[in-house]
Amino acid sequence: MAASRRRPKAQTESAPKQAASAEEMIKFYREMLLIRRFEEKAGQLYGMGLIGGFCHLYIGQEAVVVGVQAALKDGDDVITSYRDHGHMLACGMDPKGVMAELTGRRGGYSKGKGGSMHMFSREKNFYGGHGIVGAQVPLGTGLAFAHKYNKDDGLSAVYSGDGAINQGQVYESFNMAALWKLPVLYVIENNKYAMGTSQERAAAGELYQRGSAYGIPGHQVNGMDVLEVRAAAEKWVEYIRAGNGPVILEMKTYRYRGHSMSDPAKYRTKEEVEKMRSESDPIDNLKRNLLDGAYVTEDQLKEIDREVKAVVTEAAEFSQQSPEPDPAELWTDVLVEA
Amino acid sequence: MPIEVLMPALSPTMTEGKLAKWVKKEGDEVKSGDVLAEIETDKATMEVEAVDEGRIGKILVAEGTENVAVNTPIAVILGEGESAVDAVSAAPVPAPKVAAEPVVKDSGARPDATLPTGPEKGPAAAPPASDEDKFFDKTVKKTVREALRDAMAEEMRRDPTVFLMGEEVAQYQGAYKVSQGLLQEFGADRVIDTPITEYGFAGLGVGAAFKGLRPIVEFMTFNFAMQAIDHIVNSAAKTLYMSGGQMGCPIVFRGPNGAAARVAAQHSQDFTPWYASVPGLKVVAPYSASDFKGLLKSAIRDPNPVIFLENEILYGQTFEVPESEDFIVPIGRAKIRRTGTDVTITAHSLMVSYALAAAELLEKDGISAEVIDLRSIRPLDTETIVNSVKKTNRLVTVEEAWPTCSIGSELSALMMEHAFDYLDAPVIRVNGLDVPMPYAANLEKLVLPSPDRIADAAKKACYRK
Repeated sequence: MAASRRRPKAQTESAPKQAASAEEMIKFYREMLLIRRFEEKAGQLYGMGLIGGFCHLYIGQEAVVVGVQAALKDGDDVITSYRDHGHMLACGMDPKGVMAELTGRRGGYSKGKGGSMHMFSREKNFYGGHGIVGAQVPLGTGLAFAHKYNKDDGLSAVYSGDGAINQGQVYESFNMAALWKLPVLYVIENNKYAMGTSQERAAAGELYQRGSAYGIPGHQVNGMDVLEVRAAAEKWVEYIRAGNGPVILEMKTYRYRGHSMSDPAKYRTKEEVEKMRSESDPIDNLKRNLLDGAYVTEDQLKEIDREVKAVVTEAAEFSQQSPEPDPAELWTDVLVEA
Repeated sequence: MPIEVLMPALSPTMTEGKLAKWVKKEGDEVKSGDVLAEIETDKATMEVEAVDEGRIGKILVAEGTENVAVNTPIAVILGEGESAVDAVSAAPVPAPKVAAEPVVKDSGARPDATLPTGPEKGPAAAPPASDEDKFFDKTVKKTVREALRDAMAEEMRRDPTVFLMGEEVAQYQGAYKVSQGLLQEFGADRVIDTPITEYGFAGLGVGAAFKGLRPIVEFMTFNFAMQAIDHIVNSAAKTLYMSGGQMGCPIVFRGPNGAAARVAAQHSQDFTPWYASVPGLKVVAPYSASDFKGLLKSAIRDPNPVIFLENEILYGQTFEVPESEDFIVPIGRAKIRRTGTDVTITAHSLMVSYALAAAELLEKDGISAEVIDLRSIRPLDTETIVNSVKKTNRLVTVEEAWPTCSIGSELSALMMEHAFDYLDAPVIRVNGLDVPMPYAANLEKLVLPSPDRIADAAKKACYRK
């Protein structure tokens, strides 16, 4: 079928770029860089055979989770799909525990029994890590239901990709969330490709409008700019917390790597990837802002780079030194013993 | 220090590959993310990116080399002030062109030598202790429908985190009138009508349970739970394990299961074996009103996901139910409904009444049948069944479900493992016939087990006509 139908011009979220303090920008830089370096290291360990199975890297999308997380407060919940390493780091989970889970070791967040796609932290209110595309959406809507039931002023941030958003259960969730005015922020990370299928070939209409039949406000945001993401998230989180029900934010973003480690990414051109990397990289752009505004010196940034690298190196070492799970672990955690 | 670049594994199964092309050459500056080389795997041509900054000091494996084993050093990257001489001395001898060892090395240990004894490998599982019998001093007559409602009401009074959601549970008072009066007592925040959206509300319930609420999710019938089975199996049952014990899911999925009457194939199916096969779930299928009440209370208090299978035909049947609110039946205990010496008959849910009717028929023929109501399917009270078979030496299993991979199949296997030397006859399964449920009254009757079919099977097991 011809894909030449004209798309309506997106109503790009026009919240003014709120001025961020130097301190905040440096924090965002550090957090995004940590995700970038962590993922590069994960890719390297995968290449060495130390990480097995599926491994979906978040490189390129860092501004989305760092910007949204900056708008949340303690007690808010986060849930996402299997491209989850960045979300865990942004939630403040220990890089050592995340990396050791990737290598399937005892020191991992799930004691080595979950792997890349299945990690959780009750302490940090991170509810996974789900390997079934779209399943996190009703689950996350249930987290929001619990906030409303408990009347605790919390909300749930539910991330899904441009692929998951075509699943039927997403709309079952939208319906209930709108009907019951649940405190939930649906973040669509539109990185343009659902595995190898481009959004144009898989999705009719605009993703940010997918909730309009339910009366759910939807907005498109430049997901490659952490300050724009933060500004939009802050505005709409306030709206949700005021009891107005769910909101959809479509983050226009991009992943530099393949869908998973074994994806050669032949469905897009090298030029396309290179253009995004050179013109829209969220970390490079923030770095330029920091330097242009004289918020930091080159040396200060180099120091941050060194610190981040040390954290990732330590995580990688821990993930190789931590022993494999004891065989007795096979039989634990199947059921909670009453 | 010079950094070795190793031949990477680029898929879950790759052990070696061809170094197709070097994109960088010796002396080139590289930074993190730069493409160094292209590698052909068994599936695709992939790019290898630099992870570290520096300068290519030495290329160790020439372009075009085939069968390069994973983890073979292919190049050396130098930092500031390092020379290629260091690099050469630091680099190991290039690996010979031999097939690579598998990445996951076989430790040589065989499962029997290292695996701990699993629950299914030990002796027959013993049932949990129970004091349920003492509560039958004072009883009242209740229908199964009322017993279920009482169980939910008592638990909702006891624990404010318990709530009920499902289609028609609130204003309509339950599609089968099971939730009568609950909306009036507990209000719309705790008795929640959902849209017709099984996958959605099952997932929503699981998410709420992750946060410590205790949802009771009613399916109008378990036929519709097939729309939601992904959340029951992949989300509810597995998350505790996948989270290393952090994220429990205290939830009850309940509703009628099995054939009602004349509703044909899509509305007449027994899902007991489906759920009973899943680790991480508990599965109960009671028969009497007292067991429905006592087991539903246990299910709501249980910290795990419980599949609670009811039966439409039983809803209106009346039984003696203990008056005390302290009456509770632990999950995992079978109940001997009738003692006997010649043959053991197991059944659950509605089929218990058919097994008891068959026992009456058998008595007329001088055969003494012991009838065991399984009540709990997972965990199964293997000990009680095995002890009975050690006495009667014969077993007939009864259920509505199709025969292949049924509860009867499981019981047959358990008898092989735990009672082989005691059996005087093969285990006989009485199941629903291996066809979709027909609509016509006479055909439907032929599909389902009947007291006559059960009695015939028991006679066969006793080598009697």
